[in-house]
Amino acid sequence: MTIEDVQNEIIDEFSMFEDWEERYQYMIDLGKDLPLIDEKYKTDDNIIKGCQSKVWVHANLEDDKVQFTADSDAIITKGIIAILIRTFSNQHPKAIIEANTDFIDQIGLKEHLSPTRANGLVSMIKQLKMYAIAYQTQLK
Amino acid sequence: MLNVQDIRKDFPILNRKVNGKPLIYFDNAATSQTPQQVIDVIVSYYSNYNANIHRGVHSLSQEATDAYEKARITIQKHFNAKEAHEIIYTSGTTHGINLVANGFSSLLKKGDEIIVSALEHHSNIVPWQMLCERTGAVLKVIPMNEDGELILADFDALLNEATKLVFVNHISNALGTINPIEYIIDRAHSVGAAVLVDGAQSCPHLKPDVQALDVDFYVCSAHKICGPTGVGMLYGKEEWLKKLPPYQGGGEMIAEVSFEKTTYAGLPHKFEAGTPNICGGIAFAAALDYMNAIGFENIAAYENELLSYATERLLQIDDLKIFGTSEEKTSVISFNVGTIHPYDIGTILDKMGVAVRTGHHCAQPIMDFFKIPGTIRASFMFYNTKAEIDAFVVALKKAIMMLS
Repeated sequence: MTIEDVQNEIIDEFSMFEDWEERYQYMIDLGKDLPLIDEKYKTDDNIIKGCQSKVWVHANLEDDKVQFTADSDAIITKGIIAILIRTFSNQHPKAIIEANTDFIDQIGLKEHLSPTRANGLVSMIKQLKMYAIAYQTQLK
Repeated sequence: MLNVQDIRKDFPILNRKVNGKPLIYFDNAATSQTPQQVIDVIVSYYSNYNANIHRGVHSLSQEATDAYEKARITIQKHFNAKEAHEIIYTSGTTHGINLVANGFSSLLKKGDEIIVSALEHHSNIVPWQMLCERTGAVLKVIPMNEDGELILADFDALLNEATKLVFVNHISNALGTINPIEYIIDRAHSVGAAVLVDGAQSCPHLKPDVQALDVDFYVCSAHKICGPTGVGMLYGKEEWLKKLPPYQGGGEMIAEVSFEKTTYAGLPHKFEAGTPNICGGIAFAAALDYMNAIGFENIAAYENELLSYATERLLQIDDLKIFGTSEEKTSVISFNVGTIHPYDIGTILDKMGVAVRTGHHCAQPIMDFFKIPGTIRASFMFYNTKAEIDAFVVALKKAIMMLS
């Protein structure tokens, strides 16, 4: 599936929720469920410090596709990470570089990606793209 | 007694909805809301007599100058300063602290000691660290106990002949502890040290008398006291303000200028370079008038009632821990629930129209002391109600249920 396919799938899933409560409960459950990152990668090198919550990101390249794992100390942040990782992971670096995150607006979570929110998510997306750029250079 | 339903009518913002729910505003320690009486003063200033002050010969300038200087006298009376020129308008608490810290750069030498408390806001830590870097003075810290109270015996032990300055907040923004500043001022003076008290959190709840306290410097912001943002005041004893060099150069702060030499204006203008926040100063005084009309004794009594009620209600929730349990505290409750991240609770509460603060509250050393990433902080003002606290508790329980 392309990044756009995955994002459309997520938009479909969220369209079933009737109110904020269901949306948030789903995100919280995503945050709880996912084994997001190997403990050994939860290092200071991989940390993105938001003012409010911390985010860890790790990446590696397998068969020309980038695999991301990540984590956060706040569960709602973790739920959004789960959604973002689902769209960006297992994709070719070039696709990740070109992808956008506009779908977040459509599923009613826009405020979490505001640069002033200080939860580390905006920096995380930048970091995902940086990894993709680095891997793209390797592939050339 | 205070009639909260009447008071709430003065605050238009309290009628709005957030995320479809009636706003419950419990982030007062960050900024307070503005009553219509103060909004009217702001509108009237820009509608009727907006002009630059002190230098104009025309009528508008005179009216604006008169109002601005009259406001200074209102502020002077409120804080019971001896002289109006001991009140310096600032852009807020942080500006006032930096003004004093900068001034002391030329008065301190290597080996001098500065004492701050463990309960400080970053704005009352960083300027002193910068001052120490510039002068070679040493920064010492008054530690606190598990209740969030300063350990006064340790403070006594820190004081010596080398102590030149002591900086402490009147009330902690993160925990709400009321510090024993009378004792601290008295002891600091016994070794000849000057004391600056950060009143950002105290001025909304009590009326400091700077002469009775015998404090050397006292700073606060208008926006925490129902006034506008971007304005505040520094009180300094005349003898100290005369000793400190000017902070910023510019218009207004000079007596005579030539390229060879400039002589500075007298107090308070020496510290008020450039066009000030004229409207802000006037509205600041209007806010003090508003609060004084209600009466600080009434405000304190009512807010204590809210604090006790909220504390009691919150402690009924399983695994809820309050940080800052001093007997002497204002209407601030900093807490966590189990291992739930404060950010998660704050986010869900916002969805239900409840505004609280989450995070380290610009007081990371306090969070490090308790070994937590932050807290949820609910802070109440005299326009909040028990019914709002009830609704907050319901919202909080729901957030906990969703997150557990």
